[in-house]
Amino acid sequence: MPTFRMALAAFALVLSGLFPAAHAAEGTILNVSYDPTRKLYQDFNKAFVAHWKKTSGEDLTVKQSHGGSGKQARSVVDGLQADVVTLALSYDIDAIAEESKLIPADWQKRLPNNSAPYTSTIVFLVRKGNPKGIKDWDDLAKPGIQVITPNPKTSGGARWNYLAAWGYALRKNGNDEKKAREFVEAIYKNVPVLDSGARGSTTTFAQRGIGDVFISWENEAFLAVAEIGKDKVEIVVPSISILAEPPVTVVDGVADKRGTRKVAEEYLKFWYTPEGQDIAGRNYYRPRSAEALAKYKDHFANVALFTIDEQFGGWQKAQKTHFADGGIFDQLYKPK
Amino acid sequence: MAAVAHRPRVKAAGHFRHRQESAFARWLLTGVALAFVAAFLLLPLVIVFVQALEKGVAFYFQAILEPDALAAVRLTLLVAVISVPLNTLFGLAAAWCIAKFEFRGKSLLIALIDLPFSVSPVISGLVFILLFGLQGWFGAWLKAHDVEIIFAVPGIVLATMFVTFPFVARELIPLMEEQGKEEEEVAHSLGANGWQIFRRVTLPNVKWGLLYGVLLCNARAMGEFGAVSVVSGHIRGETNTMPLHVEILYNEYNFAGAFAVASLLALLAVVTLIAKSALEWRDERAAAARLKAPV
Repeated sequence: MPTFRMALAAFALVLSGLFPAAHAAEGTILNVSYDPTRKLYQDFNKAFVAHWKKTSGEDLTVKQSHGGSGKQARSVVDGLQADVVTLALSYDIDAIAEESKLIPADWQKRLPNNSAPYTSTIVFLVRKGNPKGIKDWDDLAKPGIQVITPNPKTSGGARWNYLAAWGYALRKNGNDEKKAREFVEAIYKNVPVLDSGARGSTTTFAQRGIGDVFISWENEAFLAVAEIGKDKVEIVVPSISILAEPPVTVVDGVADKRGTRKVAEEYLKFWYTPEGQDIAGRNYYRPRSAEALAKYKDHFANVALFTIDEQFGGWQKAQKTHFADGGIFDQLYKPK
Repeated sequence: MAAVAHRPRVKAAGHFRHRQESAFARWLLTGVALAFVAAFLLLPLVIVFVQALEKGVAFYFQAILEPDALAAVRLTLLVAVISVPLNTLFGLAAAWCIAKFEFRGKSLLIALIDLPFSVSPVISGLVFILLFGLQGWFGAWLKAHDVEIIFAVPGIVLATMFVTFPFVARELIPLMEEQGKEEEEVAHSLGANGWQIFRRVTLPNVKWGLLYGVLLCNARAMGEFGAVSVVSGHIRGETNTMPLHVEILYNEYNFAGAFAVASLLALLAVVTLIAKSALEWRDERAAAARLKAPV
């Protein structure tokens, strides 16, 4: 067995000799992100590369990798050389910290605002003219309504959707867990197909024309309206929703090894500058800074937002209670 | 008894009906077959090209010549250029061993060669993650020696090689077995050494089969999605092959762009098919000529 392993390792070494690790070149960082942030980071990277050139004189290329948030976290654990991760929810970065030790456990305290420089929330996308008259979460639980949302086991966005519905029900029923559970169960009874990611669900709703209402990130909803057309879909904002905080952090284990810590840290700090905040607002993410928020206030409906910490006691707890194997979601969702 | 007596009559009746409807049935069957070909093969192909050109020729070329798309094309070609020759070499060697020699564990070897066909490509990709991933068998060693396999080009090459492993061997084994080893034995008795036998006798006998296998291997190497997707890491402009790039563009609502790159892949498939047909045609003509030639 050892000789077999040695032979395999030797083969791997020869093979890798043929291809020197490509992005180990000077002046490159890799940002591993989740699905809906493509356009956001196209904008942001362009601005940051210019900023970095101006302040340090160095050329920089920012490489991007996008995919489902949980899958991307898994890839980093398995060795994807991410200098920074910008994922959909803090639980996924916790998972990297826990499983690979590439990130310290207290990573979320390193940057302001829980390390989430921009936020979003969960809204509804309905067919043009809102034929089913959907106004709030209650309408999603009514019989005969088809609801499109991805699978919370695999999609970060779907977990925000689920918790937003749950939080709404709790608030409406005086924190009655049983009623909240019945309410969320009724919504998931109306889900004809659980796609594995947010983009898959968008396609189901928009391209395949399935469903009456699509529960979506606010920024995705805006993008979908822009791409699919104002004449086909429109956004409905519920009375209460969740404050989604997609966090960012440096992957210390990778950045230190590659000597990119300084630029990686500067990259994330750039989010908190007026320019960074403006880019967030422009791309339909809710900026943290009051000025940027004021500038783009027409984008963002006034909706009462609760955080995951105040309603669910943080992501670790919410994950364990609701989405772990045998958790509440497994109990209440029965595939047809 | 009655049943036995009955049987010929049924048979005769069936035969009779068959003859009566044969012209109609022939047209029906041909029509159905053609409709199937049109619906399941031609239509998708046409749709790919129509969608690709939806926003005009200028947009089409812009989508293909965009840096990330070019990087995907380059990577796809690089992967094929490495994995196809290696698998050809292996396939030849394996088929030669299996067809021309008797040895212990031969059926095991044949079964192993078929493994990549029977395993889902996603599993093939995951195997490499389990081997070379940071948490995998060699993860710590690779990290300590600064070697990147997974989420880099070597991993993509490995995954592609695994998936395309059987194509050449599978094509050659039946061919070589059918041809037997008499010609090689004659060459040997005339004093040819091993290499000469292989180059002058074995190889010319299987060259068309070999080319066919290489073409199939190449088509799959360029088109593989599942296994490559698992080990790629999806770094834009760096570890995205053409099929992965198509998916990314599609997910970005860039449908025309996605179909433009897809049309390149489709063109590749068409070229492969034409090359294959041309080879078969030449092969048949050569065989016919050999038959006609005076002995």
